[in-house]
Amino acid sequence: MLAELTDRQWLWCAAGLYTVGFLMGTVSVLRGGRLSGALMYGTIFAGYLLQFVGLGMRGRVEGGCPLGNPFEIFQFTAWSAITLYLVVGVTFRSSLLGYFTSCLGSALTIVSLSIPAWDAVRRTHIFGGNPWIELHAALAIFSYGVFGLLALAAALFLLRHYSLKSKRLGGWFSFLPSIRDLDHIELRLLGAGVALLTLALGFGWVYWSRDTATVDHAKMAATVAVWIVSSAALGLRVQGRLLSRRFAWTCLALFVGALLSLEAVNGSRHPGAVQTSEVRAP
Amino acid sequence: MSEPCLFVIGATHHNAPVDVREKLVLLSEAQFRESLAKVPGLKEIAILATCNRVEFYGVAADEATADSVQAAYCDLQKFEVAEFERIRIRLTGRDAALHLFEVASGLDSQLLGENEIFGQVKEAYAASVAKGSVGAVLNRVFQKAFQAAKHVRTNTGISAGTVSVANVAVDLANNIFGRLAGTKILVLGTGEIGEGAAKAFRSRGADDLTVSSRTPEHSTAVAAGLGAGTLPFEQREARISDYDIVVCSTSAPTTVLSCAAVHAAMKRRPARPLLLIDLAMPRDIEAEAADLQNVFLYNLDDLAKIAEQSRVAREMEAERCRQLLSERADGLWAHVKERLASMRANGSHQAGPGGGEASETARP
Repeated sequence: MLAELTDRQWLWCAAGLYTVGFLMGTVSVLRGGRLSGALMYGTIFAGYLLQFVGLGMRGRVEGGCPLGNPFEIFQFTAWSAITLYLVVGVTFRSSLLGYFTSCLGSALTIVSLSIPAWDAVRRTHIFGGNPWIELHAALAIFSYGVFGLLALAAALFLLRHYSLKSKRLGGWFSFLPSIRDLDHIELRLLGAGVALLTLALGFGWVYWSRDTATVDHAKMAATVAVWIVSSAALGLRVQGRLLSRRFAWTCLALFVGALLSLEAVNGSRHPGAVQTSEVRAP
Repeated sequence: MSEPCLFVIGATHHNAPVDVREKLVLLSEAQFRESLAKVPGLKEIAILATCNRVEFYGVAADEATADSVQAAYCDLQKFEVAEFERIRIRLTGRDAALHLFEVASGLDSQLLGENEIFGQVKEAYAASVAKGSVGAVLNRVFQKAFQAAKHVRTNTGISAGTVSVANVAVDLANNIFGRLAGTKILVLGTGEIGEGAAKAFRSRGADDLTVSSRTPEHSTAVAAGLGAGTLPFEQREARISDYDIVVCSTSAPTTVLSCAAVHAAMKRRPARPLLLIDLAMPRDIEAEAADLQNVFLYNLDDLAKIAEQSRVAREMEAERCRQLLSERADGLWAHVKERLASMRANGSHQAGPGGGEASETARP
């Protein structure tokens, strides 16, 4: 029976589990109880596995990373953010980070699944059979997923900062990690995001430098702008010149900017497009 | 015909003021257990003795046996039985089980929702198990009490927040630094309040404490007691940047930490947060310091307000907890009642302390 499921059905199941995680957390908080970190982590992990199956089926058909349309880019971004959460969540035992991650995963996957137009057409051979440019694309989108998680950590930081400054520590605020832990998470995620994006641009540069005619200037400008802003934010933070709330707001703005830049990146796809049909397991 | 019963008898902070509780402190549990061994019809017994309560949970051949336990206790303590009956609690059956549930959950505690009582109940149970005085009935009742207590603590806000000012300060530190180990703490002022705060930090894992006061001899003595270092009082402002948490509780008539000094310190450590706790009256720290980036300033009123919010929130949760516990006590009692009935049917409830013929009978 499972073999009969299409890729989109697997992805709907994953979105369902992310939503269950989010609703579970909401009910738990509204009832005044503690969030169960293990339960939240387990639910997100189960959703992650299902999403992995769905994206894997697409990738097998594509013969590479499934990044052929906005639907796939949103799905891959959500998957990347959750990959990072599954690593970071264990280290920081932050149940509220899991709650917000499930919210982000649920929002990105449900929005992408709910807009059929995003998946009506899939561009094929977008990487021209070149593994380097495929690696470039995968790393770049993965770094955007990292920025997504960074935005969540930044939002948690701002909430914690507000709770401490306004001297309100009860209710939802009691589930927040310490402000120093959140600051460390932000710094590490930003470092990881910048490193991944730098690698992505490096691989892209190797490819483009061989054939400058294929370079799309809008795409290049958008990607490089995201890289410059993120690198500058990291540099200023390390130097102690961009701290606390201003650093957190910068991280949030960075993710919004990265999402907006996807429009320029997606619009630049040049190879041929095909109608999308649902994929079943062979 | 007499009925075997589950009972609890004892005295708590609700009716017994501290001077009375002092007289109720069980000095020799071993001696009391020897007395209980002579109580006919007592099948099982567990003794819970803390600074706020002394309670005996038992299974007896009949309700009169509970009074015999009370008599043995009063006799040992040289306490008037009539006076004890005036202040005591005495519950049987489902109500006794529900009382234990509430005790283990912290609902019956002086500090509503406190956690320490859970450990104390577990220790009391373990001690009684070790003595062999707990049988099938009490074993089940205590196990269910532990489950119920864990359930309400996990699923309600009965233990949320902190209700004492010193612990609020420590919780604040945890909200900022995550853990106290490795956090550098400076305590300015070595009066009772400062020393109390320092002890609270030490008890919650702080391992790098420094104390400073206007009387060097006093700070040296307090530091020795806490295992802390000392800092000359006049160096306090120049050295703030070395610390993550500064607790002020001096009796100085004016502030001892200026906003300018805190600002200068933050320039040397911009990325590290600084928690300032001002427990002094009049205040020790200039209020403007609260506006600085990465500085979190709390005064006595702030801490008291947080403690009060927690207390009110816990009060609001208490009724919901009682409802949850009541449902669980009903479930438990249905089972225990059957067991007691079977004890009656097979006659084991008639066995005295030396009888022990029934396999379910424990040794008081």
